[in-house]
Amino acid sequence: MRRAALIALPYMWLLALFFVPFLIVLKISVSDYALSIPPYTPTLDLSQGWQGIRDWWAGLDFENFIFLTTDSLYWRAYLSSLKIAVFSTIMTLIVAYPIAYGMSRAKDEWRPTLLMLVILPFWTSFLIRVYAWKAILAQEGFLNQVLINLGLIGEPLTILNTNTAVYIGIVYTYLPFMVLPLYAALEKLDESLLEAAEDLGCSRASAFWLITLPLSKQGIIAGSFLVFIPVMGEFVIPTLLGGSDTLMIGKVLWEEFFSNRDWPVASAVAIVLLAILIIPIVLFIKNEEKQWEKDI
Amino acid sequence: MRRLSWFNATSLTLGFAFLYLPMVVLVVYSFNANKLVTVWAGFSTRWYGELFRNEAFLDAAWVTLRVALVSSTLATILGTAAAYVLVRGGRFFGRTLFSGMLYAPLVMPDVILGLSLLLLFISIGLDRGMITIILAHTTFSMAYVAVVVTSRLVAFDHSLEEAARDLGCNRWDAFRLVTLPIIAPAVISGWLLGFTLSLDDLVIASFTSGPSSTTLPIKIFSAVRLGVSPEINALSAILIGIVTVGVITTSLMSKRAIAKRIRDENRAET
Repeated sequence: MRRAALIALPYMWLLALFFVPFLIVLKISVSDYALSIPPYTPTLDLSQGWQGIRDWWAGLDFENFIFLTTDSLYWRAYLSSLKIAVFSTIMTLIVAYPIAYGMSRAKDEWRPTLLMLVILPFWTSFLIRVYAWKAILAQEGFLNQVLINLGLIGEPLTILNTNTAVYIGIVYTYLPFMVLPLYAALEKLDESLLEAAEDLGCSRASAFWLITLPLSKQGIIAGSFLVFIPVMGEFVIPTLLGGSDTLMIGKVLWEEFFSNRDWPVASAVAIVLLAILIIPIVLFIKNEEKQWEKDI
Repeated sequence: MRRLSWFNATSLTLGFAFLYLPMVVLVVYSFNANKLVTVWAGFSTRWYGELFRNEAFLDAAWVTLRVALVSSTLATILGTAAAYVLVRGGRFFGRTLFSGMLYAPLVMPDVILGLSLLLLFISIGLDRGMITIILAHTTFSMAYVAVVVTSRLVAFDHSLEEAARDLGCNRWDAFRLVTLPIIAPAVISGWLLGFTLSLDDLVIASFTSGPSSTTLPIKIFSAVRLGVSPEINALSAILIGIVTVGVITTSLMSKRAIAKRIRDENRAET
């Protein structure tokens, strides 16, 4: 009896506040935009009984999804988000790997401190860490002042409000999400395997390719999912650091909802984004579960 | 043997410089007397004073704090229950759906979560305000609590719980007296994680908040959308300071706890 209650409580919560909301988004995505409250038709009118349900059903269509394919803004935004998400995941991996590797090879008494240093930014406000780059990358900002004073450049560089700033912002804010799973994988690596490889005539570089990299695969996979999936829908970074030509679907969805007040199109944008992400999300969850089962 | 080669030392130095330099720059600029944030005009605490006289920021901070306290507490209860049934509950109907719904918010883009929750609240006629933000934050914080607690639950010895039951404890007492004290550190860090995530959230709060319930991130975002603001620098420096003190304190405390446990274990052996 108690077990049933223990299961039911979180289960009901998730059904009501996670599952049902998606069904509503799905429903509104096949409705039409209207100048009313709520701003879409048809609305389900149950007081009309069976006829009400039939009218509601007849009013649904896929117009919004067809609209998404006809206006190039949307598919260009999806493609651009995909491109930014793929490249920034790769860049984050390249930046994170040496840090995680260095941490895992550090002396035992150093490692808790290094771990704390990676976790600290993770606890610090995401919004503030993105905002910090505004003062650094601006035309008269910190970076340009340093470079001009060093005599490396004559004219200030334009970085803020470009895609470069977006990439810097993503790599920066998502770095701990990549470092931590990589470190968890690399820490378990048995050093004697590398020594054995060297004894058997392997060079350091090929020992890295043949042993270290494959054994840290789990960390690479987990970290890449943790960066790629949320970046696809990122809104804050392109809005604060990107320019008017930075196209990302999270920003489009936000504007469709808050500026244009077109709820059906915003819902359709969300459904398509979810359709793109559903495979990575399912793979991520499966991967997490596999890890737990291995530990049990 | 582990040694720190020059390569590892360099990558660690550069990596941590990249992680910390922006925050250091932000804190330094917060003491700049000049209204033009990036042009240095001498040391001043002027912006801190202006910040504390700004009623709108103080109100928003108060709303944010209350939302975070309530939602992280609810999320801790629900998330711990969810982790417990997933690890110990065995098979039950819809287990895959359950774990899917539980872990998906970890990676689901905020814009999708925010939009879907808002449309739910509107269709059931719930007025947007603090309650709706709390419901939304509890839902995603729960996932983080569940992950942290699960990792602790799978790591500890199941037989301790069985021993308690053999000695006459019922399930609830075994959980309360044996399991809960062992997983307590994970439950506490889950709560802290939920609390920080709630303090930090902009996107979901923007969708689910009403006009009377503006949170601090919404306030910060509208202030910095078009440029840098000295008041926000002061606010950021304060928040960075709080987090730094908090993280260093907890890590020192856990270090001391580990040292104590090792000492006790050594004493027990001799």
